[in-house]
Amino acid sequence: MSETFDAIVVGAGPSGNSAAYTLAKAGLKVLQLERGEYPGSKNVQGAILYSDALERIIPDFRDDAPLERHLIEQRMWVLDDESFVGAHYRSDEFNKPPYNRYTIIRAQFDKWFSQKVQEAGALLICETTVTSLIMDGKRVIGVRTDREGGSVYADIVILADGVNSLLGTRSGFHPEIEPKNVALAVKEIHFLPQEVVEQRFNVSGEAGVVIEMAGKITKGMMGTGFLYTNRESLTIGVGCMLSDFKQQKVKPYQLLEQMKEHPSIKPLIEGGEMKEYTAHLIPEGGYKAVPRLCGDGWMIVGDSAMFVNAVHREGSNLAMTSGRLAAETLIELSGKGLPFSERNLGRYRLKLEDSFVLKDLKKYKNLSGTFHSNPQFFNDYPALINKAMHELVKVDGVDKKTKEKLIRQQFTQRRSLFGLMGDAFKLWRAFE
Amino acid sequence: MSGAKVEEKLFQNRYRVDTGHPHIQIKNPDICATKCEAQQCAICCPAGCYTQEGSGRVVLISDGCLECGTCRIICDEHRNVAWEYPRGGYGVLFKFG
Repeated sequence: MSETFDAIVVGAGPSGNSAAYTLAKAGLKVLQLERGEYPGSKNVQGAILYSDALERIIPDFRDDAPLERHLIEQRMWVLDDESFVGAHYRSDEFNKPPYNRYTIIRAQFDKWFSQKVQEAGALLICETTVTSLIMDGKRVIGVRTDREGGSVYADIVILADGVNSLLGTRSGFHPEIEPKNVALAVKEIHFLPQEVVEQRFNVSGEAGVVIEMAGKITKGMMGTGFLYTNRESLTIGVGCMLSDFKQQKVKPYQLLEQMKEHPSIKPLIEGGEMKEYTAHLIPEGGYKAVPRLCGDGWMIVGDSAMFVNAVHREGSNLAMTSGRLAAETLIELSGKGLPFSERNLGRYRLKLEDSFVLKDLKKYKNLSGTFHSNPQFFNDYPALINKAMHELVKVDGVDKKTKEKLIRQQFTQRRSLFGLMGDAFKLWRAFE
Repeated sequence: MSGAKVEEKLFQNRYRVDTGHPHIQIKNPDICATKCEAQQCAICCPAGCYTQEGSGRVVLISDGCLECGTCRIICDEHRNVAWEYPRGGYGVLFKFG
């Protein structure tokens, strides 16, 4: 492999595939390296696909992409130990094509995406781990791999190597990720007959439901649980900040086991056959933790660039969009005969600033700090809200005015009046 | 809900173990035994690869590793985990992901 390429893309996840596809489509000579047996074999996600981001890359993806269910209903639950208070949004608007969001199974989806990349003309080599970048002074000129004689050269190396970006860290492009900037999620997939999934979740055809959960299930840790419907399976998982796991001394798989035992969750997954258990880190450092995005001969996309919107549970769409924008930057420079220097690649950052990727991260730049230092949002409030609801629903001869007073007292006892006002202010600051 | 439980979970996964070439190693076991009180790797590893021995030592068996990177990041005080990706093609092979 002593050939030179226009571009080397490290990794075949959503960001790497988007970059490689866009570059190859424009006629650039692209090499993509993937350490897994096949694209997807190392990749883990919830997983929800956001059509818009993919449509801008492959407009007719619906024709043959392996999609599970399009989502017509979003349930948001705030849980106490034995109860939940929830808000559900269901709309038939979401049940009309073109569908907006789908559940997917990543091992299948990534394989499909990669097929498209190869059809567009990129060369994919799997079972190959990139071990380091080849530098010429400050400039990246290629990569070394764990294959014999495995050095390859290119005008640009795109790091799409995921949350554990050893390449980026070791090359000094960004600092080591900190436990407070990353969430650990564990997840299982449970198989059930298709009709059982549909009856249990009140859907038919290819429609599906998402449940997002917060509250006691994370034991005060900053995090959420989720349950997604696939065609004939359910994915159920929970994720919390790694720094919180460290502090609370909770084992991640025990947290998942306990969540599965919650009386509101257990009947939904009952009888399912568990066929895989996975874990994944999610870079949730937000805007302030976004590293340098490019330099002479290199760019960073997707998870390795911290492109995750933790509030809205979005990541793959930011990954795809950043991959596409990186590729479009290169195509523009290439068209003008300009070199891939740090200065010229700076347009990539501008494109991201101009898109939802950095706009959304910027909007929530203070959020993660708010929840980190204030566990009451994951412990006290879910309990208080559930108890309030319980009081209001239970009919026991106590008059409503007394019940309201009781609820108010519970709130002020637990958080004090100043505490409540302070929390409201913190929330406003975080979401403003 | 202890070690046995996570083993049952891992049993469902597919692996191609690179026998004799563990991709994660504890750099200096003495640091775990004498300097690290928290031993958070043993708590946070979602595959239960790290176990605390009575002697205060931590034992790592990386065969069931899910390649998430938790141990790499959680050991931020002592930086005592040497973490590499498995050789190309080896390690966990997700069927669903």
